[in-house]
Amino acid sequence: MGLELYLDLLSQPCRAVYIFAKKNDIAFELRMVDLIKGQHLSDAFAQVNPLKKVPALKDGDFTLTESVAILLYLTRKYKLPDHWYPQDLQARARVDEYLAWQHTTLRRSCLRALWHKMMFPVFLGEPVSPQTLAATLAELDVTLQLLEDKFLQNKAFLTGPHISLADLVAITELMHPVGAGCQVFEGRPKLATWRQRVEAAVGEDLFREAHEVILKAKDLPPADPTIKQKLMPWVLAMIR
Amino acid sequence: MGLELFLDLLSQPSRAVYIFAKKNGIPLELRTVDLIKGHHKSKEFLQINNLGKLPTLKDGDFILTESSAILIYLSCKYQTPDHWYPSDLQARARVHEYLGWHADCIRGTFGVPWVQVLGPLIGVQVPAEKVERNRTAIDQALQWLEDKFLGDRPFLAGQQVTLADLMALEELMQPVALGYELFEGRPRLAAWRGRVEAFLGAELCQEAHSIIFSILEQAAKKTLPTPSPEAYLAMLLRFARIP
Repeated sequence: MGLELYLDLLSQPCRAVYIFAKKNDIAFELRMVDLIKGQHLSDAFAQVNPLKKVPALKDGDFTLTESVAILLYLTRKYKLPDHWYPQDLQARARVDEYLAWQHTTLRRSCLRALWHKMMFPVFLGEPVSPQTLAATLAELDVTLQLLEDKFLQNKAFLTGPHISLADLVAITELMHPVGAGCQVFEGRPKLATWRQRVEAAVGEDLFREAHEVILKAKDLPPADPTIKQKLMPWVLAMIR
Repeated sequence: MGLELFLDLLSQPSRAVYIFAKKNGIPLELRTVDLIKGHHKSKEFLQINNLGKLPTLKDGDFILTESSAILIYLSCKYQTPDHWYPSDLQARARVHEYLGWHADCIRGTFGVPWVQVLGPLIGVQVPAEKVERNRTAIDQALQWLEDKFLGDRPFLAGQQVTLADLMALEELMQPVALGYELFEGRPRLAAWRGRVEAFLGAELCQEAHSIIFSILEQAAKKTLPTPSPEAYLAMLLRFARIP
Protein backbone atom coordinates (compact mmCIF):
# COMPACT_ATOMS: atom_id res chain seq x y z
CA MET A 1 0.00 0.00 0.00
CA GLY A 2 1.44 3.37 -1.00
CA LEU A 3 0.85 6.74 0.58
CA GLU A 4 -2.70 7.34 1.82
CA LEU A 5 -4.12 10.75 2.60
CA TYR A 6 -7.28 11.01 4.67
CA LEU A 7 -8.91 14.26 3.64
CA ASP A 8 -12.05 16.30 3.25
CA LEU A 9 -11.60 19.37 1.05
CA LEU A 10 -14.13 21.19 3.22
CA SER A 11 -11.25 21.53 5.70
CA GLN A 12 -8.58 24.20 5.22
CA PRO A 13 -5.58 22.13 6.26
CA CYS A 14 -6.76 19.29 4.01
CA ARG A 15 -6.77 21.65 1.04
CA ALA A 16 -3.18 22.68 1.72
CA VAL A 17 -2.05 19.05 1.88
CA TYR A 18 -4.04 18.09 -1.23
CA ILE A 19 -2.72 20.97 -3.33
CA PHE A 20 0.83 20.32 -2.15
CA ALA A 21 0.75 16.63 -2.99
CA LYS A 22 -0.87 17.17 -6.39
CA LYS A 23 1.36 20.11 -7.33
CA ASN A 24 4.45 18.04 -6.59
CA ASP A 25 3.15 14.92 -8.35
CA ILE A 26 3.24 12.84 -5.20
CA ALA A 27 1.33 9.62 -5.77
CA PHE A 28 -1.27 8.95 -3.10
CA GLU A 29 -4.56 7.18 -2.48
CA LEU A 30 -7.20 9.68 -1.48
CA ARG A 31 -9.30 8.45 1.43
CA MET A 32 -12.30 10.74 1.73
CA VAL A 33 -13.48 11.37 5.30
CA ASP A 34 -16.80 13.17 4.97
CA LEU A 35 -16.95 15.73 7.79
CA ILE A 36 -20.53 16.77 7.05
CA LYS A 37 -21.62 13.17 7.49
CA GLY A 38 -19.56 12.89 10.67
CA GLN A 39 -17.29 10.19 9.27
CA HIS A 40 -14.35 11.59 11.21
CA LEU A 41 -16.22 10.73 14.41
CA SER A 42 -16.58 7.06 13.45
CA ASP A 43 -14.81 4.18 15.17
CA ALA A 44 -13.30 3.20 11.83
CA PHE A 45 -11.57 6.53 11.43
CA ALA A 46 -10.51 6.55 15.09
CA GLN A 47 -8.33 3.58 14.14
CA VAL A 48 -6.45 5.91 11.81
CA ASN A 49 -6.47 8.98 14.05
CA PRO A 50 -7.75 8.63 17.63
CA LEU A 51 -7.94 12.45 17.77
CA LYS A 52 -10.63 12.20 15.06
CA LYS A 53 -9.22 14.94 12.91
CA VAL A 54 -8.25 15.40 9.29
CA PRO A 55 -5.88 15.53 7.53
CA ALA A 56 -4.08 12.30 8.35
CA LEU A 57 -1.33 10.55 6.42
CA LYS A 58 -0.52 6.86 6.32
CA ASP A 59 2.79 5.79 4.85
CA GLY A 60 2.97 2.04 5.38
CA ASP A 61 2.97 1.58 9.16
CA PHE A 62 3.65 5.23 9.79
CA THR A 63 0.59 7.35 10.55
CA LEU A 64 0.95 11.11 10.88
CA THR A 65 -1.51 13.86 11.81
CA GLU A 66 -1.31 17.68 11.87
CA SER A 67 -1.13 19.39 8.48
CA VAL A 68 2.11 21.27 9.11
CA ALA A 69 3.83 18.04 10.15
CA ILE A 70 2.43 16.31 7.06
CA LEU A 71 3.55 19.09 4.71
CA LEU A 72 7.06 19.06 6.17
CA TYR A 73 7.22 15.26 6.02
CA LEU A 74 6.27 15.25 2.34
CA THR A 75 8.75 18.06 1.60
CA ARG A 76 11.63 16.15 3.13
CA LYS A 77 10.68 12.65 1.99
CA TYR A 78 10.24 13.58 -1.65
CA LYS A 79 13.11 16.07 -1.68
CA LEU A 80 10.93 18.77 -3.16
CA PRO A 81 12.08 22.14 -4.60
CA ASP A 82 13.85 24.24 -2.00
CA HIS A 83 11.52 27.24 -2.13
CA TRP A 84 8.73 25.35 -0.34
CA TYR A 85 10.85 25.03 2.83
CA PRO A 86 14.29 26.52 2.20
CA GLN A 87 17.53 25.00 3.41
CA ASP A 88 18.85 28.47 4.25
CA LEU A 89 18.57 28.83 8.02
CA GLN A 90 16.99 32.26 8.15
CA ALA A 91 14.69 31.76 5.16
CA ARG A 92 13.43 28.55 6.73
CA ALA A 93 12.98 30.24 10.10
CA ARG A 94 10.62 32.70 8.42
CA VAL A 95 8.46 29.83 7.19
CA ASP A 96 8.54 28.18 10.65
CA GLU A 97 7.60 31.52 12.18
CA TYR A 98 4.55 31.91 9.93
CA LEU A 99 3.45 28.29 10.36
CA ALA A 100 3.62 28.71 14.15
CA TRP A 101 1.86 32.09 14.22
CA GLN A 102 -1.07 31.11 12.05
CA HIS A 103 -2.55 28.44 14.37
CA THR A 104 -4.10 30.80 16.89
CA THR A 105 -4.60 33.72 14.51
CA LEU A 106 -5.54 33.31 10.87
CA ARG A 107 -6.64 29.70 11.26
CA ARG A 108 -8.87 30.53 14.19
CA SER A 109 -10.36 33.68 12.60
CA CYS A 110 -11.09 32.01 9.26
CA LEU A 111 -12.68 28.96 10.88
CA ARG A 112 -14.92 31.09 13.09
CA ALA A 113 -15.88 33.32 10.16
CA LEU A 114 -17.08 30.35 8.13
CA TRP A 115 -19.06 28.82 10.97
CA HIS A 116 -20.52 32.00 12.46
CA LYS A 117 -21.45 33.54 9.11
CA MET A 118 -22.66 30.47 7.33
CA MET A 119 -22.35 26.99 8.70
CA PHE A 120 -24.20 27.57 11.98
CA PRO A 121 -27.19 29.45 10.56
CA VAL A 122 -27.48 27.74 7.15
CA PHE A 123 -26.23 24.20 7.64
CA LEU A 124 -26.96 23.61 11.32
CA GLY A 125 -29.95 25.92 11.62
CA GLU A 126 -28.46 27.53 14.71
CA PRO A 127 -28.80 31.30 14.84
CA VAL A 128 -25.70 33.34 15.61
CA SER A 129 -26.17 36.66 17.39
CA PRO A 130 -25.21 39.79 15.45
CA GLN A 131 -22.73 40.64 18.22
CA THR A 132 -20.96 37.30 17.89
CA LEU A 133 -20.77 37.59 14.12
CA ALA A 134 -19.55 41.17 14.31
CA ALA A 135 -16.84 40.23 16.82
CA THR A 136 -15.69 37.33 14.66
CA LEU A 137 -15.52 39.46 11.51
CA ALA A 138 -13.71 42.22 13.38
CA GLU A 139 -11.15 39.69 14.60
CA LEU A 140 -10.73 38.45 11.03
CA ASP A 141 -10.12 42.01 9.92
CA VAL A 142 -7.39 42.51 12.50
CA THR A 143 -5.73 39.24 11.51
CA LEU A 144 -5.82 40.12 7.80
CA GLN A 145 -4.13 43.41 8.63
CA LEU A 146 -1.42 41.57 10.56
CA LEU A 147 -0.95 39.20 7.64
CA GLU A 148 -0.35 42.15 5.34
CA ASP A 149 1.69 44.31 7.69
CA LYS A 150 3.78 41.77 9.54
CA PHE A 151 4.23 39.01 6.99
CA LEU A 152 3.52 40.04 3.41
CA GLN A 153 4.72 43.65 3.62
CA ASN A 154 6.19 44.49 0.19
CA LYS A 155 7.31 41.01 -0.72
CA ALA A 156 5.96 38.87 -3.52
CA PHE A 157 5.17 36.04 -1.10
CA LEU A 158 4.76 35.80 2.65
CA THR A 159 8.29 34.82 3.53
CA GLY A 160 10.29 35.94 0.51
CA PRO A 161 10.45 36.20 -3.28
CA HIS A 162 9.17 32.65 -3.86
CA ILE A 163 6.11 30.68 -2.82
CA SER A 164 6.58 28.56 0.30
CA LEU A 165 4.48 26.36 2.58
CA ALA A 166 3.49 29.55 4.40
CA ASP A 167 1.62 30.87 1.35
CA LEU A 168 -0.13 27.57 0.74
CA VAL A 169 -1.32 27.29 4.32
CA ALA A 170 -2.43 30.94 4.34
CA ILE A 171 -4.34 30.93 1.06
CA THR A 172 -6.28 27.80 1.91
CA GLU A 173 -7.25 29.40 5.22
CA LEU A 174 -8.47 32.57 3.51
CA MET A 175 -10.72 30.63 1.17
CA HIS A 176 -12.78 29.62 4.19
CA PRO A 177 -14.32 33.07 4.79
CA VAL A 178 -14.49 33.52 0.99
CA GLY A 179 -16.67 30.40 0.92
CA ALA A 180 -18.89 32.04 3.52
CA GLY A 181 -19.28 35.13 1.35
CA CYS A 182 -16.82 37.39 3.17
CA GLN A 183 -15.10 39.87 0.87
CA VAL A 184 -11.65 39.12 2.20
CA PHE A 185 -9.76 40.60 -0.73
CA GLU A 186 -11.97 43.66 -1.32
CA GLY A 187 -10.18 46.83 -0.34
CA ARG A 188 -6.97 44.88 0.20
CA PRO A 189 -5.13 45.21 -3.12
CA LYS A 190 -1.84 43.89 -1.68
CA LEU A 191 -3.49 40.69 -0.50
CA ALA A 192 -5.47 40.39 -3.72
CA THR A 193 -2.36 40.52 -5.90
CA TRP A 194 -0.58 38.10 -3.55
CA ARG A 195 -3.52 35.74 -3.98
CA GLN A 196 -3.18 35.93 -7.77
CA ARG A 197 0.52 35.16 -7.53
CA VAL A 198 -0.13 32.16 -5.30
CA GLU A 199 -2.86 30.84 -7.58
CA ALA A 200 -0.60 31.22 -10.60
CA ALA A 201 2.28 29.47 -8.81
CA VAL A 202 0.04 26.59 -7.71
CA GLY A 203 -1.78 26.39 -11.04
CA GLU A 204 -5.27 27.77 -11.52
CA ASP A 205 -6.88 24.45 -12.41
CA LEU A 206 -5.53 22.75 -9.30
CA PHE A 207 -6.49 25.72 -7.15
CA ARG A 208 -10.02 25.69 -8.52
CA GLU A 209 -10.35 21.92 -8.07
CA ALA A 210 -9.19 22.06 -4.47
CA HIS A 211 -11.64 24.84 -3.63
CA GLU A 212 -14.76 23.55 -5.34
CA VAL A 213 -16.15 22.08 -2.11
CA ILE A 214 -15.68 25.15 0.08
CA LEU A 215 -17.05 27.45 -2.59
CA LYS A 216 -20.18 25.30 -2.85
CA ALA A 217 -20.58 25.00 0.93
CA LYS A 218 -23.26 27.71 0.93
CA ASP A 219 -25.45 25.36 -1.11
CA LEU A 220 -25.28 22.54 1.43
CA PRO A 221 -28.79 21.40 2.40
CA PRO A 222 -29.58 21.86 6.08
CA ALA A 223 -28.38 18.99 8.26
CA ASP A 224 -31.03 16.53 9.38
CA PRO A 225 -31.59 16.34 13.16
CA THR A 226 -29.61 13.11 13.62
CA ILE A 227 -26.55 14.48 11.88
CA LYS A 228 -26.89 17.79 13.67
CA GLN A 229 -26.96 16.09 17.04
CA LYS A 230 -23.92 14.05 16.09
CA LEU A 231 -21.93 17.02 14.85
CA MET A 232 -22.76 19.70 17.45
CA PRO A 233 -20.32 18.66 20.22
CA TRP A 234 -17.52 18.42 17.70
CA VAL A 235 -18.34 21.80 16.15
CA LEU A 236 -18.60 23.52 19.52
CA ALA A 237 -15.26 22.06 20.65
CA MET A 238 -13.63 23.06 17.37
CA ILE A 239 -14.89 26.64 17.40
CA ARG A 240 -14.33 27.29 21.13
CA MET B 1 26.53 42.20 19.48
CA GLY B 2 25.80 38.50 19.79
CA LEU B 3 22.48 36.77 20.00
CA GLU B 4 19.86 38.60 22.05
CA LEU B 5 16.80 37.00 23.55
CA PHE B 6 13.93 39.20 24.67
CA LEU B 7 11.88 37.32 27.21
CA ASP B 8 9.98 37.21 30.46
CA LEU B 9 10.24 34.03 32.52
CA LEU B 10 6.59 34.58 33.38
CA SER B 11 5.82 33.34 29.86
CA GLN B 12 5.79 29.66 28.99
CA PRO B 13 7.31 29.94 25.50
CA SER B 14 9.99 32.30 26.89
CA ARG B 15 10.98 29.66 29.41
CA ALA B 16 11.15 26.92 26.79
CA VAL B 17 13.67 28.94 24.78
CA TYR B 18 15.59 30.02 27.90
CA ILE B 19 15.95 26.46 29.16
CA PHE B 20 16.97 25.19 25.73
CA ALA B 21 19.65 27.84 25.33
CA LYS B 22 21.04 27.33 28.84
CA LYS B 23 21.03 23.55 28.62
CA ASN B 24 22.92 23.68 25.33
CA GLY B 25 25.35 26.41 26.35
CA ILE B 26 24.12 28.77 23.62
CA PRO B 27 25.55 32.24 24.25
CA LEU B 28 22.67 34.68 24.63
CA GLU B 29 22.29 38.20 25.92
CA LEU B 30 19.08 38.09 27.92
CA ARG B 31 16.81 41.11 27.75
CA THR B 32 13.97 40.90 30.23
CA VAL B 33 10.79 42.56 29.00
CA ASP B 34 8.32 42.86 31.88
CA LEU B 35 4.95 41.50 30.78
CA ILE B 36 2.94 42.59 33.79
CA LYS B 37 4.26 46.11 33.57
CA GLY B 38 3.41 46.02 29.86
CA HIS B 39 6.88 46.67 28.51
CA HIS B 40 6.20 44.32 25.59
CA LYS B 41 3.78 46.95 24.29
CA SER B 42 6.20 49.84 24.78
CA LYS B 43 7.36 51.91 21.81
CA GLU B 44 10.90 50.66 22.31
CA PHE B 45 10.01 47.01 22.19
CA LEU B 46 7.50 47.39 19.36
CA GLN B 47 10.34 48.71 17.26
CA ILE B 48 12.13 45.40 17.74
CA ASN B 49 9.03 43.24 17.35
CA ASN B 50 5.97 45.04 16.03
CA LEU B 51 3.73 42.25 17.30
CA GLY B 52 4.83 43.00 20.85
CA LYS B 53 5.19 39.36 21.81
CA LEU B 54 7.70 37.28 23.69
CA PRO B 55 10.03 35.55 23.20
CA THR B 56 11.82 37.41 20.42
CA LEU B 57 15.27 36.51 19.13
CA LYS B 58 17.63 39.05 17.63
CA ASP B 59 20.57 37.67 15.66
CA GLY B 60 22.24 40.78 14.24
CA ASP B 61 19.61 42.25 11.94
CA PHE B 62 17.59 39.08 11.90
CA ILE B 63 14.59 39.18 14.22
CA LEU B 64 12.60 36.03 14.87
CA THR B 65 9.41 35.44 16.84
CA GLU B 66 7.45 32.29 17.75
CA SER B 67 9.11 30.01 20.26
CA SER B 68 8.98 26.87 18.11
CA ALA B 69 10.62 28.71 15.21
CA ILE B 70 13.28 30.08 17.58
CA LEU B 71 13.94 26.64 19.06
CA ILE B 72 14.34 25.07 15.62
CA TYR B 73 16.58 27.94 14.48
CA LEU B 74 18.84 27.63 17.52
CA SER B 75 19.02 23.84 17.30
CA CYS B 76 20.16 24.05 13.69
CA LYS B 77 22.47 27.05 14.04
CA TYR B 78 24.26 25.68 17.08
CA GLN B 79 24.00 22.05 15.99
CA THR B 80 22.63 20.87 19.28
CA PRO B 81 22.49 17.12 19.98
CA ASP B 82 20.28 15.36 17.44
CA HIS B 83 17.67 14.12 19.92
CA TRP B 84 16.25 17.63 20.43
CA TYR B 85 15.11 17.91 16.79
CA PRO B 86 16.02 14.61 15.15
CA SER B 87 17.24 14.51 11.60
CA ASP B 88 15.44 11.19 11.05
CA LEU B 89 12.42 11.84 8.81
CA GLN B 90 9.77 10.14 10.93
CA ALA B 91 11.22 11.15 14.28
CA ARG B 92 11.24 14.78 13.23
CA ALA B 93 7.69 14.47 11.91
CA ARG B 94 6.61 13.35 15.38
CA VAL B 95 8.05 16.55 16.88
CA HIS B 96 6.14 18.67 14.38
CA GLU B 97 3.01 16.64 14.93
CA TYR B 98 3.19 17.44 18.65
CA LEU B 99 3.98 21.13 18.04
CA GLY B 100 0.96 21.48 15.73
CA TRP B 101 -1.42 19.92 18.23
CA HIS B 102 0.17 21.88 21.08
CA ALA B 103 -0.58 25.17 19.35
CA ASP B 104 -4.27 24.29 19.07
CA CYS B 105 -4.91 22.37 22.26
CA ILE B 106 -2.32 23.17 24.92
CA ARG B 107 -1.33 26.78 24.38
CA GLY B 108 -4.11 29.00 25.62
CA THR B 109 -5.67 26.23 27.70
CA PHE B 110 -3.35 26.20 30.70
CA GLY B 111 -3.18 29.92 31.30
CA VAL B 112 -6.65 30.35 32.77
CA PRO B 113 -5.74 29.78 36.43
CA TRP B 114 -3.44 32.77 35.89
CA VAL B 115 -6.37 34.96 35.00
CA GLN B 116 -7.73 34.24 38.44
CA VAL B 117 -4.48 35.58 39.95
CA LEU B 118 -3.68 38.39 37.51
CA GLY B 119 -7.26 39.34 36.62
CA PRO B 120 -7.88 41.25 39.84
CA LEU B 121 -4.95 43.53 38.94
CA ILE B 122 -7.10 44.93 36.16
CA GLY B 123 -10.44 44.38 37.86
CA VAL B 124 -11.32 41.20 36.01
CA GLN B 125 -12.96 38.23 37.67
CA VAL B 126 -13.38 34.97 35.82
CA PRO B 127 -16.95 33.70 35.98
CA ALA B 128 -17.30 30.34 37.71
CA GLU B 129 -18.68 28.67 34.60
CA LYS B 130 -15.59 29.67 32.59
CA VAL B 131 -13.37 28.22 35.29
CA GLU B 132 -15.38 25.00 35.15
CA ARG B 133 -15.25 24.84 31.35
CA ASN B 134 -11.53 25.42 31.42
CA ARG B 135 -11.02 22.66 33.96
CA THR B 136 -12.80 20.27 31.59
CA ALA B 137 -10.65 21.48 28.69
CA ILE B 138 -7.49 20.99 30.76
CA ASP B 139 -8.57 17.46 31.69
CA GLN B 140 -9.31 16.58 28.08
CA ALA B 141 -6.01 18.00 26.84
CA LEU B 142 -4.07 16.09 29.51
CA GLN B 143 -5.88 12.88 28.58
CA TRP B 144 -4.90 13.26 24.93
CA LEU B 145 -1.36 14.21 25.93
CA GLU B 146 -1.08 11.00 27.94
CA ASP B 147 -2.85 8.67 25.53
CA LYS B 148 -1.86 9.91 22.10
CA PHE B 149 1.51 11.57 22.57
CA LEU B 150 3.07 9.90 25.58
CA GLY B 151 1.52 6.44 25.32
CA ASP B 152 4.03 4.00 26.74
CA ARG B 153 7.00 6.04 25.54
CA PRO B 154 9.37 7.83 27.89
CA PHE B 155 8.93 11.16 26.07
CA LEU B 156 6.28 12.84 23.96
CA ALA B 157 7.76 12.35 20.52
CA GLY B 158 9.97 9.34 21.05
CA GLN B 159 12.55 7.66 23.19
CA GLN B 160 14.51 10.80 24.03
CA VAL B 161 13.82 14.38 25.04
CA THR B 162 12.82 16.63 22.13
CA LEU B 163 11.65 20.23 21.68
CA ALA B 164 8.12 18.85 22.19
CA ASP B 165 8.79 17.91 25.81
CA LEU B 166 10.19 21.35 26.57
CA MET B 167 7.21 23.20 25.11
CA ALA B 168 4.76 20.91 26.91
CA LEU B 169 6.51 21.03 30.27
CA GLU B 170 6.52 24.80 30.39
CA GLU B 171 2.81 25.04 29.60
CA LEU B 172 1.98 22.49 32.28
CA MET B 173 4.18 24.19 34.87
CA GLN B 174 2.19 27.40 34.51
CA PRO B 175 -0.83 26.30 36.55
CA VAL B 176 1.32 24.05 38.77
CA ALA B 177 3.14 27.14 40.02
CA LEU B 178 -0.18 28.46 41.27
CA GLY B 179 -0.89 25.32 43.23
CA TYR B 180 -3.07 23.68 40.58
CA GLU B 181 -2.42 19.97 41.14
CA LEU B 182 -2.19 18.99 37.56
CA PHE B 183 -0.09 15.87 38.02
CA GLU B 184 -2.22 14.45 40.86
CA GLY B 185 -3.88 11.26 39.77
CA ARG B 186 -1.82 11.20 36.59
CA PRO B 187 1.15 8.97 37.41
CA ARG B 188 2.23 8.53 33.79
CA LEU B 189 2.42 12.28 33.23
CA ALA B 190 4.07 12.82 36.61
CA ALA B 191 6.72 10.25 35.70
CA TRP B 192 7.27 11.97 32.35
CA ARG B 193 7.69 15.30 34.12
CA GLY B 194 10.23 13.72 36.44
CA ARG B 195 12.20 12.37 33.50
CA VAL B 196 12.25 15.69 31.66
CA GLU B 197 13.28 17.63 34.75
CA ALA B 198 15.96 15.05 35.60
CA PHE B 199 17.34 15.45 32.09
CA LEU B 200 17.34 19.24 32.26
CA GLY B 201 18.76 19.30 35.79
CA ALA B 202 17.11 20.50 38.99
CA GLU B 203 19.13 23.72 39.16
CA LEU B 204 18.15 24.87 35.67
CA CYS B 205 14.49 24.03 36.32
CA GLN B 206 14.48 25.91 39.61
CA GLU B 207 16.09 28.91 37.99
CA ALA B 208 13.63 28.96 35.10
CA HIS B 209 10.59 28.44 37.34
CA SER B 210 11.53 30.80 40.16
CA ILE B 211 9.49 33.70 38.80
CA ILE B 212 6.22 31.83 38.32
CA PHE B 213 6.58 30.16 41.72
CA SER B 214 6.94 33.55 43.37
CA ILE B 215 3.79 35.05 41.85
CA LEU B 216 1.25 33.58 44.30
CA GLU B 217 3.17 35.02 47.22
CA GLN B 218 3.45 38.40 45.54
CA ALA B 219 -0.28 38.38 44.83
CA ALA B 220 -1.01 37.53 48.48
CA LYS B 221 1.31 40.29 49.70
CA LYS B 222 -0.14 42.63 47.08
CA THR B 223 3.31 43.38 45.79
CA LEU B 224 2.55 42.62 42.14
CA PRO B 225 3.28 45.59 39.85
CA THR B 226 0.41 47.61 38.38
CA PRO B 227 -0.09 46.90 34.70
CA SER B 228 0.47 49.80 32.32
CA PRO B 229 -2.50 50.95 30.19
CA GLU B 230 -1.12 49.00 27.22
CA ALA B 231 -0.69 45.86 29.29
CA TYR B 232 -4.20 46.35 30.66
CA LEU B 233 -5.66 46.32 27.15
CA ALA B 234 -3.55 43.36 26.06
CA MET B 235 -4.58 41.41 29.15
CA LEU B 236 -8.27 42.22 28.62
CA LEU B 237 -8.10 40.97 25.05
CA ARG B 238 -6.31 37.81 26.09
CA PHE B 239 -8.83 37.10 28.84
CA ALA B 240 -11.74 37.71 26.49
CA ARG B 241 -10.41 35.00 24.19
CA ILE B 242 -10.69 32.33 26.84
CA PRO B 243 -13.70 30.20 25.89
